[in-house]
Amino acid sequence: MPSSMENGEDDVTLKILYCGVCHSDLHSVKNGWGGAKYPLVPGHEIVGVVTKVGSSVKKFKVGDHVGVGVIVGSCTNCENCKQDLENYCPKMILTYGSTDHDGTMTYGGYSDIMVAHQNFVLKFPDNLPLDAGAPLLCAGITVYSPMKYYGMTEAGKHLGVVGLGGLGHVAVKIGKAFGLKVTVISTSPKKEKEAIEKLGADSFLVSRDPEKMKAALGTIDYIVDTVSAVHPLDPLLGLLKTNGKLVQVGLPEKPLELPIFPLALGRKLVGGSNIGGLKETQEMLDFCAKHNIVADIELIKMDYINTAMERLSKADVHYRFVIDVANSSL
Amino acid sequence: MPKSPELEHPQKVFGWAARDTSGVLSPFNFSRRVNGDNDITLEVHYCGICHSDLHAIKNEWGNSVYPMVPGHEIVGVVTEVGSNVTKFKVGDKAGVGCIVGSCRSCDRCTQDMEIFCSNTAILTYNCEYYDGTRTYGGYSNKFVVDEHFGIQFPDNIPLDATAPLLCAGITVYSPMKYYGLSQPGMHLGVVGLGGLGHVAVKFAKAFGMKVTVISTSISKKEEAIDRLGADDFLVSRDPDQMQAAVGTLDGIIDTASAVHPLLPLISLLKNDGKLVMVGAPDKPLELPLFSLLMGRKLIGGSASGGIKETQEMINFAAKHNITADIEVIPMDYVNTAMERLAKGDVRYRFVIDVGNTLKSS
Repeated sequence: MPSSMENGEDDVTLKILYCGVCHSDLHSVKNGWGGAKYPLVPGHEIVGVVTKVGSSVKKFKVGDHVGVGVIVGSCTNCENCKQDLENYCPKMILTYGSTDHDGTMTYGGYSDIMVAHQNFVLKFPDNLPLDAGAPLLCAGITVYSPMKYYGMTEAGKHLGVVGLGGLGHVAVKIGKAFGLKVTVISTSPKKEKEAIEKLGADSFLVSRDPEKMKAALGTIDYIVDTVSAVHPLDPLLGLLKTNGKLVQVGLPEKPLELPIFPLALGRKLVGGSNIGGLKETQEMLDFCAKHNIVADIELIKMDYINTAMERLSKADVHYRFVIDVANSSL
Repeated sequence: MPKSPELEHPQKVFGWAARDTSGVLSPFNFSRRVNGDNDITLEVHYCGICHSDLHAIKNEWGNSVYPMVPGHEIVGVVTEVGSNVTKFKVGDKAGVGCIVGSCRSCDRCTQDMEIFCSNTAILTYNCEYYDGTRTYGGYSNKFVVDEHFGIQFPDNIPLDATAPLLCAGITVYSPMKYYGLSQPGMHLGVVGLGGLGHVAVKFAKAFGMKVTVISTSISKKEEAIDRLGADDFLVSRDPDQMQAAVGTLDGIIDTASAVHPLLPLISLLKNDGKLVMVGAPDKPLELPLFSLLMGRKLIGGSASGGIKETQEMINFAAKHNITADIEVIPMDYVNTAMERLAKGDVRYRFVIDVGNTLKSS
């Protein structure tokens, strides 16, 4: 057991109950983005129960339900950290695959116990189901944060969500909670029924249907693009109204092409966003609790994980696997 | 059968037009409508040569119709006003920029962004007007325009050196305001030191910003700093200089119209920084997504600006004594000017002395 398992005075120890399987876990275990260090214990959508608190911990007590997301440490005194933007701190420590303050590797939530600094532990709202709420810790904040930052929260405006996976389906739910009209943009027509009937989307656009795409030109105020495969941006820019915003939260392994004319002629923009800070993650959890927003999950045991990863790589899940850690034999 | 350009309207006028994709300009007789109730007529004194004129006369965007009279940085004196006109009187100085018509009733038009009219704005040249005839631009002796699209020019500013602001000026001013890159103390990068770039430097200094010019060659450094007032100069081909400047800029106005890599520019931005494209590379650029996401940065575009904002920009320029750096040329030098412009051989805008040198043939 690494020395970072000892509970310091600012630390919280949690027995892990559930951990979501994020697409990043898949990219990381296969070294899709480069730089992976093995052995790698993934998992950054972690929900558990507190079993120990350090002497300086005031926010949590033993027995509390808590979450840990994508970040477990940051420098705490750069401009970003001071503005609650730990997710942009150049010295940010990720929940797995990162070097911790003491030089050891961080290991994620596909495990039984986690020790984390109290500033990176989140209070899990009472009425949020632990298993279905776990994916919010990455998928949820990854779409909530840019929706706030880029101003995609004006009731009545029209949001497009590209890709109906872990991120996309949560973006639809959050979009509806903001009072937006939501159109799902997807390559596969099979997802239409579920998008509309189960997730509450207002409409569905098959991106491979040129006529439908043409009819929808200039109708959307903002788009959250969750797709992590290489795909053309030109058609998405065409869907935007003047002053429209296309926000990328997916991270393809190869670069995309950006046509400049559509940007200039409609004063449109393409922005990026990466997860969110701790304060905002807490705000997001509370927002989801208030609006009864959880992920649609498939609960699995740990020994199913490799099959789950294969299915995930084929997008064969509606819409997040969550590992029932506490009830798995590890 | 459509009438010839000389006969389609009642008023005989003359100018220089391109006849084909060679882009060579030559004297051209044509006609304009008579001054309507909402119109003003300008005796054209000066017209700036915009890089768009060069693209258009050579049909580089594939939509050129000939004969074409370019020119959308037009200034002159009002010689006639229609009965409904309130903004201008005879003798006033006035200008016309990139657009001469819009629907005036859509969301965009009613919010002073006629350039983005949902029913398509009418461009000053190479466009179809409401009556089906082509619009002809400012390389001509006379111009008739709806007063709404006329810009008032204060008496005390030099007409020749402010003509380019009608396109170059608004094209950088508008996004600097829209993207919030106009606050005192902010640090702005300007890529490319040409017609747009040099005006962007001047506006930015007037906004109280720190300005770094980013250019492919060191040859423009002295001028950027000593003459234009930039604070700093970065040679984009020098990796050490670029590395040292990583994460220092709040925003960048990118005026370069050639294809160029975006990653080095994105890296110069602080977190939440904004790269604004006002040049128009005609091929897609590679999008450095990782950099965008990891710093919550954005890449936005902009083109020209609305009429109200163009007026605001001219007033701002007048107040701060901002003019373009120009080379005044006679009408018959225009083809040579176009060749030099294609090589970037001008500091920084040619302006045609239409009033004194355009003669009817």
